[in-house]
Amino acid sequence: MITLGIESSCDETSIALLDNETILVNTIYSQTEHRDFGGVVPEVASRAHLEKIDRLAQSCFTRTGIAPGKVDLIAVTDSPGLAGALLVGISFALGFHTAWNIPITGINHLEGHICSILFENTDVAFPFLALVVSGGHTSLYRVDSLDEFNCLGETVDDAAGEAFDKVGKLLGFPYPAGRFIEEEAARFSGDISQCPSFPVARCSQGKLYFSFSGLKTAVKYFVSGKNPSEVARQRPALCRAFQQAVIDSLVANARLAARQNGIDRIALVGGVACNSYLREALHRQFPDTAFTPHTSLCTDNAAMIALAGFRRYQRDKLRRPIMNASRTL
Amino acid sequence: MLLITTSVGATRAFGAKVASIARPGELYALEGELGTGKTEFVRGFVNEIDAAVVVRSPSFSIVNIYDTARFPVYHFDFYRLHDASELDEIGFDEYLTGDGVCLIEWGTIFPSVLPPHTRPIIFRDRGPHEREIRFNFDLTGTGS
Repeated sequence: MITLGIESSCDETSIALLDNETILVNTIYSQTEHRDFGGVVPEVASRAHLEKIDRLAQSCFTRTGIAPGKVDLIAVTDSPGLAGALLVGISFALGFHTAWNIPITGINHLEGHICSILFENTDVAFPFLALVVSGGHTSLYRVDSLDEFNCLGETVDDAAGEAFDKVGKLLGFPYPAGRFIEEEAARFSGDISQCPSFPVARCSQGKLYFSFSGLKTAVKYFVSGKNPSEVARQRPALCRAFQQAVIDSLVANARLAARQNGIDRIALVGGVACNSYLREALHRQFPDTAFTPHTSLCTDNAAMIALAGFRRYQRDKLRRPIMNASRTL
Repeated sequence: MLLITTSVGATRAFGAKVASIARPGELYALEGELGTGKTEFVRGFVNEIDAAVVVRSPSFSIVNIYDTARFPVYHFDFYRLHDASELDEIGFDEYLTGDGVCLIEWGTIFPSVLPPHTRPIIFRDRGPHEREIRFNFDLTGTGS
């Protein structure tokens, strides 16, 4: 069974084709991939999606040799996200649905991220916890089934990925800065105890909230007043310390959520799940019960949306995409 | 007017004070570097009206909407935008003519999109805890 996945909820435009649960093609047009081609900046504008979505779909069909009429199911992200951006994907999907008379389903973006671990771990037992960490989200969910997931706690200010991007800007890295900070942190060969110490927001009274705004400001004050060559010399240690502070906070809350819920299975998803230090830390905390998607499936992509659609089809839970897209992420 | 705040709490209190005189249709453009208290100002503003609302950074989402009892608050962040034309595409104009108050972080980077009644608030850093906040409207609520 062939599923066409469509994702356009924020910066990335992505189209994927799945044969059952096997990815045939997963194309993502993002600022990260195109930075090298000169001057392509991140665009939140819906026009950016509109200009790419046709070409991406065409290239998926050409590369796989699958004819558009052979698609059995269309799955499209319909919430949450930027209204204009979502509408491009939804309109494209509905047009395709009408033209070829192919069944369609709307997918919640978060449901898609949770499904991203199922490519490599097809039968993770419910319930499990999901730690969703990206530029726009830092949340812990309890997933009782793919139809029922509840938020246990989330950030009260900045998202973790946003903290990476803003600290990256302070330290002179391009956007998005996550990969650069990780690479710079890897250049630090000393002991973590020799790094500058940054505050990690701790939960009070068992509450599962995250906070990264103070951490950003702490890095800012560490850097301010120092001359650029001194900052450059200390940059690996700074990145290591900052990264560790974020990871400590994420892992501490994951541990607390596991204890409060009596669940030790946990999925790490979202763009920041690419960070290898975070993946290692979570695997250390939850040996054998931490599940992470392949790094290529962490950032927004249509393959996870297609898989969420395929799983809906199997459960007989297809639903028409919602057009009145919510106005916030 | 110039205000010096010496804590996050004081920046929030200023936000609360502005909320107490704010009226639907107003737009406050917040200017200041990273970590100068723009989001804390918004937190104080929104929580003065509705303490239960959680104010998060809209850097990624571009706009967060808080439906409070008095009026909706449209919390924008232009940080990631590169071009004023991107605002056309997210329907920025519709928020301006709306029934709520717009609070815009990095709000002065595209001066051409701001209406004449915009009230700028400028945040400057004076050390780890001290902030200088400049504005030119009347905080007593009797006109600006």
